[in-house]
Amino acid sequence: MSKPEKLLDKKGLRLDGRKLDELRPIKMEVGVLNNADGSAYLEQGKNKVLAAVYGPKEVHPKHLALADRAILRCRYHMAPFSVEERKSPAPSRREIELSKVIREALEPAVFLEYYPRTAIDIFIEILQADGGTRCAGITTAALALADAGVPMRDLVVACAAGKVDGKLALDLMDLEDKYGEADVPLAMMPGINAVTLLQMDGSLTLEEFQKAVKMAMEGCKQIYEMQKKALKAKYVAIKEEIQE
Amino acid sequence: MISSIVSRVKQKQIAQLIAKGIRLDGRKLTDYREIKIEAGIIERAEGSARVLLGKTQVLVGVKIEVGEPFPDVPDQGVLTVNAELVPLASPTFEPGPPDENSIELARVVDRGIRESKAIALEELCIKPGKKVFIIFIDVYVLNHDGNLIDASGLAALAALLNTKMYNYELENDEIVRKPGYTPLPIRNHPVAVTFGKINNQLVVDPWLEEEQVMDARLTITTDKNENICAIQKGGSGYFTTQQILDATKIAKEKAEELRKLVVEP
Amino acid sequence: MPTFFEPKELVTPGDLLAEGNYMAGENAYCENKKVFAARIGLVEYDNRKVRVVALRAFYIPRIGDIVIGIVTEVGFNGWEVDINAPYTAVLRASDVLERGFRPQKNDLLSILDIGDLIVAKVAAYDRGSNPIIKISEPGLGKISRGQLIKVTPTKIPRIIGRKGSMITMIKRETNCRITLGQNGLIIVSGKNHEDERLAIMALRKIEEESHTSGLTDRIAEMIRKQKEGRKNV
Repeated sequence: MSKPEKLLDKKGLRLDGRKLDELRPIKMEVGVLNNADGSAYLEQGKNKVLAAVYGPKEVHPKHLALADRAILRCRYHMAPFSVEERKSPAPSRREIELSKVIREALEPAVFLEYYPRTAIDIFIEILQADGGTRCAGITTAALALADAGVPMRDLVVACAAGKVDGKLALDLMDLEDKYGEADVPLAMMPGINAVTLLQMDGSLTLEEFQKAVKMAMEGCKQIYEMQKKALKAKYVAIKEEIQE
Repeated sequence: MISSIVSRVKQKQIAQLIAKGIRLDGRKLTDYREIKIEAGIIERAEGSARVLLGKTQVLVGVKIEVGEPFPDVPDQGVLTVNAELVPLASPTFEPGPPDENSIELARVVDRGIRESKAIALEELCIKPGKKVFIIFIDVYVLNHDGNLIDASGLAALAALLNTKMYNYELENDEIVRKPGYTPLPIRNHPVAVTFGKINNQLVVDPWLEEEQVMDARLTITTDKNENICAIQKGGSGYFTTQQILDATKIAKEKAEELRKLVVEP
Repeated sequence: MPTFFEPKELVTPGDLLAEGNYMAGENAYCENKKVFAARIGLVEYDNRKVRVVALRAFYIPRIGDIVIGIVTEVGFNGWEVDINAPYTAVLRASDVLERGFRPQKNDLLSILDIGDLIVAKVAAYDRGSNPIIKISEPGLGKISRGQLIKVTPTKIPRIIGRKGSMITMIKRETNCRITLGQNGLIIVSGKNHEDERLAIMALRKIEEESHTSGLTDRIAEMIRKQKEGRKNV
């Protein structure tokens, strides 16, 4: 995709018609894979993300096990067909880094100390990518963890804010990320005001950065409510069916 | 080797001291260790620098080669950052392909240089779409005593400022070397400042013993215009919003101090 | 000292359940005098204790639990058994062989083979080592017939019902023997396939609707309807 002339129109609306502080349409579903102990699927704009959790289970190879807590392992991976030009399925340096920061974004939420000598595996597959996939991956993985019955301090939710055409904007899509001035992905546990992932690239003044963090947090809180609803959906539906 | 598991006694000691605003090695919470920078120590490299951050030791070499540009930016040079956690630097470093730690280190250093537009890559084009200069920045960790990111970032910047390009002319699309050198076009000076969170408090420039007990890490890279150009949170803990805001302010001040050491020695 | 949900209300991890002088029970945790949910489930306030009856959880062994397991490996002095938990259970040969175990003589494979299904009791378990199970008590041991089904372990109490009311009713109505493992594995064995199918259907319905009220009546009605349907064919 080549660079569009402008990322914002005269009214200040974005290429997909969104306002600056507006999230893309989001859809979530929990419990979508029956082999996994927990799973979830998410669409955020054109992003399509699948996450699965296996465990806690015995660690293989055994020497990786820790005597005092479970280990969390995370693989963030993009499908070869998820982007415009085919991506080699071998893990790239970007994917290795993202797997690490995503794991570190989820770790603070999980009571790993409850299950020594075990492993919890998280697999995140990006089936289609349109910017903000690390955040979408975290949001989805948190749902899969909860679905697996892994005890958690809070759900982890992620969202990015950034700067496009000189204005701060929420939830950047690929074109805005690529041709905008900055991107600040952030993950948090909203219930206990804990930021568990924070990255940035681009250029922002101190003041802009503070505003971007605030904006990303507002986005997170909106998505957090959707996460809770998605987790409860199945049980609420059954209850309603019976009461009818 | 004595196991890298920190004894509970030491863990407690570090935390208690920090609660009082001091650190095991006598520093205050926002003090850096002593920094020494030596530039131009590898003659075969176009640019090089060694940074000593306390006992942490990082060597960066810059090599320049001619190659093809990326198709989406045909008129710009290419920047590549790689980091090696050399096994001689720590009992915890294993030989083998780069692991997630060395990849993260390289990518955080890369992000600071790239996002601050430190190198004028557009001036490194030889023939658009065909030939450009490729700048290889190789980070070589020689001794690991904590805070590799800041040491590597400083060493990379010092090496870039020290990098010389040979003069050339194009004859029949081939590069012909001419006598003399010109410095690499450097436009900005990104500096990373890393925090550790220990006992719910921020400390600047955590050394190894602090890294082993800290809950989380936060690196903030600012450029010479005091803009933030890169951030990376690491570690399995979290930060509060207030801690992040505090960190950005401290980072700005500290980066200014560090920048002086590299840019105007 | 407020509480923030109605009893039995559905909560998710991170929900603030109570503040003040409360204790965190199962699937809840306490931080700075606040009690939060740690799993998706139904909140229960029991005096000062706040807990969550989890709708999604996995089995963690407790000493004395009856579990159902599958033999996965035969070693020199015992067996490894998958008990649907994060840890593989160990069944020692000395527990099974009355006169003491002699490695040169006794052939463990002839006693329990890989793939065999057993009912066992958790004899020992702590954080440091894998659970040890035993089968040397009446009612325990190898199972040779029946169908194995798996449910979320936290729903076993619901399947048992108050004072066993639910499980007794299902057994009576379907003429099946039902062995419940606290680890979420259940063996259903009846005179014919139809009876077993009916019992499994009832168990599945309980699993799905465990968070609703009036469940015993609905299950009884379902079984009755199914039986009538069968007669009419």
